[in-house]
Amino acid sequence: MLRISLDKLDTLFAKIAEKQKLYIPSDREDGSAEYMEWSEGRKLSNALNTVRSAKEFFFPQTESLVDFKLSGKNIEVIDIRKETEDFVVFGVRACDARSFGILDKVFLSDPVDSYYQNRRNHGTIVTMACTRPSETCFCTAFGIDPTAPEGDAACFTDGSFLYIKANNDRGEAFVSSVSSLFEDGDTAELEKVQAKTKEVLGILPLSGLSTEAFGGDKLNKLFGSEKWAELSESCIGCGTCTFVCPTCQCYDIKDFNTGHEIKRFRCWDSCMYSDFTKMAHGNPRLTQLERFRQRFMHKLVYFPANNNGELGCVGCGRCLTKCPISMNIVKVMKALEAE
Amino acid sequence: MQEAIINKAKELLADGRVDRVIGWKKGEFSYDITPAVFETAEEIDAEFVCNDFTSANVSKYLVKETKKDGTVLAFLKPCDTYSFNQLVKEHRIDASKVYTVGIPCDGKLDPEKIKQKGISGIRSIEKDGDMLKIDTVYGDETLKISDAMSERCLSCKSRKHVCYDELIGEDGDVISSNRFDMVEQLENMSAQERYDFWRSQLSKCIRCNACRNVCPACTCEKCVFDNDDSGISNKAAADSFEENMFHVIRAFHVAGRCTDCGECSRVCPQNIPLHLLNRKFIKDINSLYGEYQAGADTDSRAPLTDYKQSDCEASVVHERGVE
Amino acid sequence: MNNDTLIPHIGVVTDIRIDTPDVKTFRVISPEGGKVFEHMPGQCAMLSIPGVGEAMFSITSSPTNKDFMEFSIKKCGCLTNWLHLMETGQQITIRGPYGNAFPVETELKGKDLLFIAGGIGLAPLRSVINYVRDNRENYGDVQIIYGSRSKQDLVDYDEILNEWMNDPNISVNLTIDNAQDDWDGHVGFVPNFVTELNPSTSRTVLVCGPPIMIKFTLNALKALGFEETQVYTTMELRMKCGVGKCGRCNIGNKYVCKDGPVFRYDQLGELPDEY
Repeated sequence: MLRISLDKLDTLFAKIAEKQKLYIPSDREDGSAEYMEWSEGRKLSNALNTVRSAKEFFFPQTESLVDFKLSGKNIEVIDIRKETEDFVVFGVRACDARSFGILDKVFLSDPVDSYYQNRRNHGTIVTMACTRPSETCFCTAFGIDPTAPEGDAACFTDGSFLYIKANNDRGEAFVSSVSSLFEDGDTAELEKVQAKTKEVLGILPLSGLSTEAFGGDKLNKLFGSEKWAELSESCIGCGTCTFVCPTCQCYDIKDFNTGHEIKRFRCWDSCMYSDFTKMAHGNPRLTQLERFRQRFMHKLVYFPANNNGELGCVGCGRCLTKCPISMNIVKVMKALEAE
Repeated sequence: MQEAIINKAKELLADGRVDRVIGWKKGEFSYDITPAVFETAEEIDAEFVCNDFTSANVSKYLVKETKKDGTVLAFLKPCDTYSFNQLVKEHRIDASKVYTVGIPCDGKLDPEKIKQKGISGIRSIEKDGDMLKIDTVYGDETLKISDAMSERCLSCKSRKHVCYDELIGEDGDVISSNRFDMVEQLENMSAQERYDFWRSQLSKCIRCNACRNVCPACTCEKCVFDNDDSGISNKAAADSFEENMFHVIRAFHVAGRCTDCGECSRVCPQNIPLHLLNRKFIKDINSLYGEYQAGADTDSRAPLTDYKQSDCEASVVHERGVE
Repeated sequence: MNNDTLIPHIGVVTDIRIDTPDVKTFRVISPEGGKVFEHMPGQCAMLSIPGVGEAMFSITSSPTNKDFMEFSIKKCGCLTNWLHLMETGQQITIRGPYGNAFPVETELKGKDLLFIAGGIGLAPLRSVINYVRDNRENYGDVQIIYGSRSKQDLVDYDEILNEWMNDPNISVNLTIDNAQDDWDGHVGFVPNFVTELNPSTSRTVLVCGPPIMIKFTLNALKALGFEETQVYTTMELRMKCGVGKCGRCNIGNKYVCKDGPVFRYDQLGELPDEY
C-alpha cells in the first residue's frame, strides 16, 4: 500500500495545498480540535474528533442564498452563486464520512440544493481511520467500520507511517496528485494496529448498542412512548446537540438588511428551539417534550421511514460529550428499547 | 456522602415533608450526569447520584418545579445556594415550595479536561488521595485531581451555603478567591489586545444558546433573541459584530444579578470563557458601588437597581475608557 | 449552475381586492405578463417581501385561469401586515408551486363533491371549486357549504354571490356564526349546518378551515356515515424552504410542504397527532 512517513506530513500537506485549499483538524488554544485551513506550521490534531462536525464544509452554519435590491415598487433578484473552488478536507473520521451520505439524501434529492451540491462537487474528502476510539463512540451500531472509513480516499496510520487508498474516482485523482511523495510499503504493522483497534471496538462500553428497536415502521409505538416525558425533563432547549451533530440539517431562512441591499441567508436551526415551529396563530410543539421527541424521532424513525431504513445517526458521540445536561441519543435509545 | 444524601432524600419523602426530589441521575459512564426529578425511594436507590461530576446547578429547574403542586427537595452545593437565593429574590422561585438541603462540595471535575490529557476509552474514574485512578480500555491512567478540576472550581468563591433548611456536613466559608485575576489581566491589556482576545473567543460561538438557557439569571419568559417581533431575533450571526454582541448584551442583562456560578462556561461547547464577561461586571460593581455578591441574601437592594447619592457619576465610563 | 428553488421569481401585484376586514385577495402576474408558473388546485407558493419575510400561501385561483394567480391572505403577522399595506404595481417575490394538489384528475374525477369551508379556509378550496366549474363535465353533483363569523367575513363573497350562486350546476349553502340585520340566510356554526343539511354519503368531501372547525366537522361527517377515506383536507404548518429540507413542517415522517398540504383523513390518522 502507498505510504509516507508521518514526519513528512507537512510535505504532504504543502503539496496538497499547492493546488487547492486544504483543511485539517487542528488544536485550538483551548485544547479542542476544529477544522482549520492548513498553512505552514499548522499541525494535525491528535484529538479523536473535532467539536463541530465536517458537515459545515458542505452545509455551513450561515450562507448567503440570494440578494435583493429594492427601488420603489421594484425588486431586483441577484443570483450571487459562484462555482466553489476545489478543496480538500483531510482527516475526516469514519462517522463524519458517513454523515455526508445522510446529508446527500436530504440536499441532493429532488429538488437538488445547488448550494450544497456546488460544495459537494468541489470537495475531496480524505478520511483518517481511527486507532483510539473513545467510550463515547458507537459508530459500529450503524454498520460503520472506523478502521476502514469511507470518503473519496482513506488514510490509515500505524504510528510511523500514513497509508493511503482511493475509494472512488475522485479519490484516485487525489492520490495520484500526491503519489510522488508516497512509496509502496509493507502493511504488516498497519494490520496489527487495525486488529488491535477492532479488539478495542469490541470492548468499548457502547459496543453492544442495538438499533433493532428503531426504524420507519416503529412510528406510532415510539411516538407514543411514555418515556419522552422523563427523557426530556431536564432538557434546557439549547441547540448544542443539533449544532455539533454531523447529520442535523434543519435550517432557517432569514433576511438581513445591510443598508444597501437585502441579503437572504440561511443558517442552521434547531428543532430544540422554542420558536422552531411557531406560527402567527399557534405552535404544534408547545413544550420541550415535543421538541425533544422530534429530534430523536427524526433520526431514529422519520429519516429511516423515508430512506429505506437508514438511521439518521452515525454514532460520533459528540452529543454525548457536549450536551450541557448529558442527555443524548444513546440514553434515548436505551430507554426506548427497554419499553 | 452520597449515601447520606440518598438517606436524607428517602427520609424526607417517607415522612411526607417533600413530594419530589431534584438531584442528579447517573449516566452511561461515571461522568455524564443528568439533573433529574425523583418521586420514589425506588427511583432514588436505582439512579440517584452525587459525586465528583454532579456539577449541574439545579436551582434554575426550581422555577419550573415550584409552579407544580407539592414541595420539592433540592440538594444545593454552596454555589447553587447563591443562584437559589437570587431567584427567590427575583420572585422566580416560590421558596415555600422548596425544601433545601445544603451539601458540601470540594470542587467538581471536568470530564473534558481529563479527555484533553489524551485519556480515552474511560471505564471508571476513582479518587485516590490527590490523584485520579482512571480505568480505560487502553489501560490504567492516573491524573492529578487538580488537573481535572473544573475551571470554575479552581477559583471557587465560597464554600458557605447562603441558605438552607438543613445541612449535610459542615458549612464552609466564603473564600478570598483568585477569581478576578484573569479579569485583571484582561484589564491590563491594551484595547487592541483585549479586542483581539474577545474576537478570537467569541468568533468560536455557534449560537447554540446553551449559556443562556442554562443561566439561572436568564429566566425571561421570552428572550429577545427568540422573539421574531423584537427585530433582533437570530439564530446565527448575520455579521461578526452581532456575534460579539449576543454575549455582551447578555452580560449586560445579567449584570448585578449574576452570582458567578459559572454554568455558562461549563456548558459552552466551544469552551469560550464567558464567565469572564460576568466577572468583569462583578468586579466593576464591587469597585464602583462597594462589595456586592448577588444571591448572598434575599433582601438587600442590588446596586444597579438602587440609588444612593454616593453612587458614581456616569462620567466614570468616559474616565475609565481613557487609556 | 442550475436554477435553485430557493431563488425566487418576481411577481407584480396587479389587483388588490378587499374581501373582508382582514382578508385581501392579491392578483399576481409575471413582469413579462402571464402567470409566473403553472400549478394544480391545492398547491402553494412562497411569497415574500425581501427584508420583511417569506411565507407559504395557497394559490386561490384555479389553474384554468391562464392570465394570473390569486392569493387570498388574512392579516395575522409581520409579513401579512406588510402585504395588506401594498398598493397595486408593487413587486413581490414568488417561488413554487409547492406541495401536492387535490386529486382533481384522479380520485375526484367523476365523483359527487362536497366542499366545506370556514373563514379563510375557502382560499385553497376556491381553486378546486373553480377548476371543477371549468371542467364541469368531469365531476358529478357539487355542493358547497361555507361559513364565516359574519357576512363581512365571507371571503370572495362577490364571486360566491354573482357566479357560484348563479351557476345552475352547483349548490351553495352559506352560514354565519351570529345573526345580523342584513343577513336572511342561515345562522349557525359550519359543523351543525353540515348535520342539518344531511348531505349524501356518496359525496367526496374537501374540507378546510380553522382546526377546531375541521375537528367538529369531521365528527359531524362521521355521524352522518362518511368514511375517513372520503374526506380530504389541507394543512398548514410553519415552513421555510417549501421542499422538505428545512425540517420544520413535518407531521411524523411526512412534510406538509412536500408530501402535503393535501391529506386524506385516513392518511392523516396514521400520523402522530402533532399538528
